[in-house]
Amino acid sequence: MSEATATETTAPGSDGPMIEIDHLNKWYGNFHVLRDINLTVTRGERIVICGPSGSGKSTMIRCINHLEEHQQGSIVVNGVPMTNDVKRIEQIRRNVGMVFQHFNLFPHLTVLENCCLSQIWVQKKPRAEAEKSAMEYLERVQIADQALKYPGQLSGGQQQRVAIARALCMRPEVMLFDEPTSALDPEMIKEVLDVMIELAHEGMTMLCVTHEMGFAKTVADRVIFMDQGQIIEEAPPTEFFNNPRSDRTQLFLSQILGH
Amino acid sequence: MTTDSTFRTQMIEAREAPDQSRGVLGWFRANLFNGPINSIVSIVVILLLARLVWPFLEWAVIDADWIGTAREACTGEGACWVFISARFESIVYGFYPEAARWRVDIVFALLAILVAWLAVPRMPRKKWVALFTLVVFPIIAFFLLVGGSFGLEYVPTRAWGGLMLTLTIAVVGIVGSLPLGIILALGRRSKMPFVKGVCVIFIEFWRGVPLITVLFMASVMLPLFVPGELDFDKLLRALIGIMFFWSAYMAEVIRSGLQAIGKGQNEAGQALGLSYWQRMGLIILPQALKLVIPGIVNTFIALFKDTSLVLIIGLFDLLAIIRAGLTDSNWLGFSTEGYVFAAAVFWIFCFSMSRYSQYIERRLNTGHKR
Repeated sequence: MSEATATETTAPGSDGPMIEIDHLNKWYGNFHVLRDINLTVTRGERIVICGPSGSGKSTMIRCINHLEEHQQGSIVVNGVPMTNDVKRIEQIRRNVGMVFQHFNLFPHLTVLENCCLSQIWVQKKPRAEAEKSAMEYLERVQIADQALKYPGQLSGGQQQRVAIARALCMRPEVMLFDEPTSALDPEMIKEVLDVMIELAHEGMTMLCVTHEMGFAKTVADRVIFMDQGQIIEEAPPTEFFNNPRSDRTQLFLSQILGH
Repeated sequence: MTTDSTFRTQMIEAREAPDQSRGVLGWFRANLFNGPINSIVSIVVILLLARLVWPFLEWAVIDADWIGTAREACTGEGACWVFISARFESIVYGFYPEAARWRVDIVFALLAILVAWLAVPRMPRKKWVALFTLVVFPIIAFFLLVGGSFGLEYVPTRAWGGLMLTLTIAVVGIVGSLPLGIILALGRRSKMPFVKGVCVIFIEFWRGVPLITVLFMASVMLPLFVPGELDFDKLLRALIGIMFFWSAYMAEVIRSGLQAIGKGQNEAGQALGLSYWQRMGLIILPQALKLVIPGIVNTFIALFKDTSLVLIIGLFDLLAIIRAGLTDSNWLGFSTEGYVFAAAVFWIFCFSMSRYSQYIERRLNTGHKR
């Protein structure tokens, strides 16, 4: 416990790696979903994770904020080692923003309230201050004019941009994106990707599970290819797309780029 | 090829719907007389209703006796409501001493004001009023109704009765069973095996016994097991039994609402760093409770009506006090009036709850329509 309080007071590892995943293993019952994952993400790094469905890519990033529990190996986020202690998990989650495939906005709250909720209840900010910073982020994702509407009144693209603003309101050190554009109509994908690209240029540490290879080429520092719960290949985008080494990567790329 | 394609230069303006589909006539045409079979059915039903409703109205209103104080006033062909008006005080207060009835008046007037305050959306300071209603009001009500302190005469609960007792049981049951049901529903979905086990056993036990059995156990069996000096009030035992019984039903209604909320909502809350109770209180429960308003109010209504079962353990609620009035030798033979009146009172309360719930549902829904 003393260790936990020490990490809290000394602004943990401000120059160490952002995320360190070491020999991570996870099973669903007897099914081995994640097999010996090793991954180090440095500060400001932008990583795109791709792979066929069921390859464990979502499961892996969901382990980083403990939406999934792992059985073996270690995860250290911003210098804080992940344990099963609720306080520790909540401490890590405050530093890790997440954007979901299905947005998961709170439908009974307005856009503004969605963005203020955790500021008020987790960060204990006064309402006025929370609303001010929420409006700043809504401005940045260009949706401030919809602040008083309910999520159900917005389009998918607008909802996803609100979800990004909601996560940013907590001023996270890392952002996790779990297939953020997969549930969107084609004409709305761009508005979400634009926000993500802008965020990447501002130096946010990002892990994106996505099939948007254009996005990977533009912003990623590294592309990770996963299959059957393992990291098969990991390379800078130019190398990954022009010169994939593994057969499975080649097959995957030919399937998603080949039409 | 160009002859096959369509090319429009002017857009078609929106036109009004045809006359026949609008207005009162349009409604009758569309709903009652759209075709020969429907028209025949409509006419038969209207005639049947007239045959049934008219005699009742004749009995209850037109030929009825309204004014008077004694049986001698009952001269007409129809109902004699003098029976109700003559016994009205006892129907409302039961055997509560006449000199102390102002205390009952104050409690229920205050309750009516508080409920109205909370029910009308425009009223300000809802939080404080709710806190007052749930914390301060029960204490005031307890000291006023029971008495025995502050120079107020002590009124034992066996003297309580009539509408006042019915409302007391219903209000305590409703206010107690809802939060208890929420806790049980959350507990039943808990990942902690002990918490889950206790909640499942509690719910299944109370759902598995008839309310009459619960009341019998509370009034007859409990005193056999509990040592004499711990003997607490019969009404209190009935209240606890009713509360536990209905909280089990409430828990299952609320659990169905919890299950309808997607996993993503909880995960979004987790990802934002909200604690379990914050996620439940701010995200999951507001949505789940809204979904199951019809079920919750259904349970409230059932609870309200079943308060009359306390008559089997010797408590005189509204229905029991009216029944007791029927055995008064001055008023033999007025049971129809008595039961119709009791039904009307119960109906007014239940129907109000139903209407209010529909209103709340509509109000809470507006935010989500596109």
